[in-house]
Amino acid sequence: MYRFDFSILGGSTIPVLADGMLVTLEITATALAAGMLIGAALAILRGSRWRAAAWLAAAYVNLFRSVPLVMVLLWFFLVVPQLLQSALGLSPSVDVRMASALVAYSLFEAAYFSEIIRAGIASVPEGQMDAARALGMPRLLAMRLIVLPQALRNMAPMVLTQAIVLFQDTALVYVSALADFFGQAYGIGERSGRLVEMLLFAGAVYFAISFSLSLAARRLGQASPAVRGTASAAARG
Amino acid sequence: MYHWHWGIFLSPTGTGETYLGWLFSGLGLTVALGLVAWLLALVLGAAVGIARTVPNRVVRALAGAYVEVLRNVPLMVQLFTAYFVVPELLPPELGDAVKRMNPVAQQFLAAALCLGLYTSARIAEQVRSGIESLAGHQRSSALALGLTLPQAYRHVLLPLAFRIILPPLSSEFMTVFKNSAVASMIGLLELAAQGRQLVDYTSQPYEAFIAVTALYLALNLSALRVMRFVEAKTRVPGFATAK
Amino acid sequence: MRPILALLALALAVPALAEDLEGTLKKVKEHNLIVIGYRESSVPWSYLDGDQKVVGYSHEVALKIVDAIKAELKMPDLKLREIPINAQNRISLMQNGTIDLECNGTTNTSERRKQVAFSNTIAFTQTQLLTKKKSGIKEFEDIAGKTIAVTAGTTSEHYLRKYADEHKVKLNILATRDHSQGFLMLQTGRADAFFMDRDVLGSLLARAQDKADYVITGQPQTKEALACMLRKDDPQFKALVDRVIAKMQTSGEAAKMYDKWFMAPIPPDGVVLDAPLTKEMKELYKHPNDQSFD
Repeated sequence: MYRFDFSILGGSTIPVLADGMLVTLEITATALAAGMLIGAALAILRGSRWRAAAWLAAAYVNLFRSVPLVMVLLWFFLVVPQLLQSALGLSPSVDVRMASALVAYSLFEAAYFSEIIRAGIASVPEGQMDAARALGMPRLLAMRLIVLPQALRNMAPMVLTQAIVLFQDTALVYVSALADFFGQAYGIGERSGRLVEMLLFAGAVYFAISFSLSLAARRLGQASPAVRGTASAAARG
Repeated sequence: MYHWHWGIFLSPTGTGETYLGWLFSGLGLTVALGLVAWLLALVLGAAVGIARTVPNRVVRALAGAYVEVLRNVPLMVQLFTAYFVVPELLPPELGDAVKRMNPVAQQFLAAALCLGLYTSARIAEQVRSGIESLAGHQRSSALALGLTLPQAYRHVLLPLAFRIILPPLSSEFMTVFKNSAVASMIGLLELAAQGRQLVDYTSQPYEAFIAVTALYLALNLSALRVMRFVEAKTRVPGFATAK
Repeated sequence: MRPILALLALALAVPALAEDLEGTLKKVKEHNLIVIGYRESSVPWSYLDGDQKVVGYSHEVALKIVDAIKAELKMPDLKLREIPINAQNRISLMQNGTIDLECNGTTNTSERRKQVAFSNTIAFTQTQLLTKKKSGIKEFEDIAGKTIAVTAGTTSEHYLRKYADEHKVKLNILATRDHSQGFLMLQTGRADAFFMDRDVLGSLLARAQDKADYVITGQPQTKEALACMLRKDDPQFKALVDRVIAKMQTSGEAAKMYDKWFMAPIPPDGVVLDAPLTKEMKELYKHPNDQSFD
């Protein structure tokens, strides 16, 4: 019988774990916000009359949805950092690892959010857009003021579900030199020889947080069947 | 200035193979892992999904717990737990036997089991929602015709539910191959891991990563092709998902 | 006369960095930041102690280099950032500019010199096997058919794969993310032996609970020259780094530092490695150089 020893938890390890959790939350929040913004732009572009733009947006979404997140992270961590720094004009005092991780997650999630948003937009009756255009509103304005707000309400549960998935996926930042909650827990476990305890502890923490959030998502109301049908095809792992 | 050297793939690795060979061996492991996990996931997922719709409350609750635990812990954490923790918690002889196994077999086993279970939870949810969307009508009609519950499931509910959930199921099939990349974290030399090996042994990160990404894209397209084929073959004209 | 002589001495003492800065030094000056990569479990070269802080023999060399940069570039407020790296990503991170300097337990090889540059040698080591006494492995050849743990991306990993191919031996190579994971594999019975630098093995062993069960064995397979790693084609920075190391070694400072890490209690548990300076190391300290063994 394995002799459990959870004494490693406490003292110097708690601040380290807390730091890790901060990294996890920072990545989740940023990728959620940026992903939604970029995703919305992509969703709108895909419906645009300008064929080139629509095609590019579709290509982007299909590309990022066809490759593992692990590969995207490796790309941004090992190959791209300097490009990133000059492209975004970041001052090098910014931690390049965090910057690459944030960009990687945001770009990746944007593809998935764009599908959810598209489903959300599709769930808003066409009459709304037609009425807005009839009133003389340009398409983009109609999108912003009329369609998107309603779409967002419809797809809120799907967005929250995807956010929970994103929260769990932050554990993959293990491939880069950045230590999130899981990375710190694992490192402590490995160096102290108490890997079993730390892994079980990490699993429990993730479960507690994800489960509560998913209960909240369910509380947000059952999505209307129209959205659920199309959007569940959009949902990913 | 970066030096492109596409011929690197045909160069010998110094250990008797070519780098291209390494890549393909990684691809092979990825495909094998995906398929094994998928089969496991289908069987378990269908069972648990059905279990979530039966009248028995205890069965429903157990199935519910299964799904909740597997969906709320990150796949990577589950994988590390399967690989590092489970052998320690088994009775000593069994645990040791597991740890004595060929390392690749150990990694593959842990990854396949883990990926299979994780995906089965997601499939269970899809099966459940598929069956539930047929709730009222089909089920009561079937029962009214004198079919027992198991017969109703077998001949009416499941075939229809399966066709309803074919789209999300297809996307799940493709997701399995993407998720397989997580196995590189416990050392399995599947495609993503071989990509990193290539970067390490050659100094051509761009070629290596582009090749690996291209292979994942090809894999994704193939999986899509397979599922489209299945969709076409099982289409019921006039029914919900018929195109 | 005196003042003029003093002025002359001062002028001669100021290193040639009054000229234009280039490469890493230019980057450091422009951004007021230098980034060092450290290892988490390369005891005693560079590792995390009980308080999760970076310590180690090589790490102190790195800190001395940073001090020298501060002095020579006249940047007393130079910011230092330390990132954890591992054997697999250290070269990529150096090449893509994420880190500027790496002083850990990295071996200088001609293969690697195609991608990065190395400083003067800071230590020598040899690779051997760490195994449980009851495993029956005594000679290196005994690894045939067994499972050997080795850290991914190290010269040891490359060596093992080559060995398996050249000697047509069946080996199960378990490549781990870092040294502590490799030892974990050995401890939990997943691997029959751990193949790595002798100093790393010695320190892992010294800190193990059940150290009496293990032994370091086998004919040393490779001799390695450990050095600091920096970007290629950067002669100015290399000159500075080499200068610092040479000064440390010839002045006796390096020997003192060596004793601190190899002959005295070290964090986190206060074990003593008890590995006195070898003849080769003493020679190195007398005549600093950047020769590698291959």
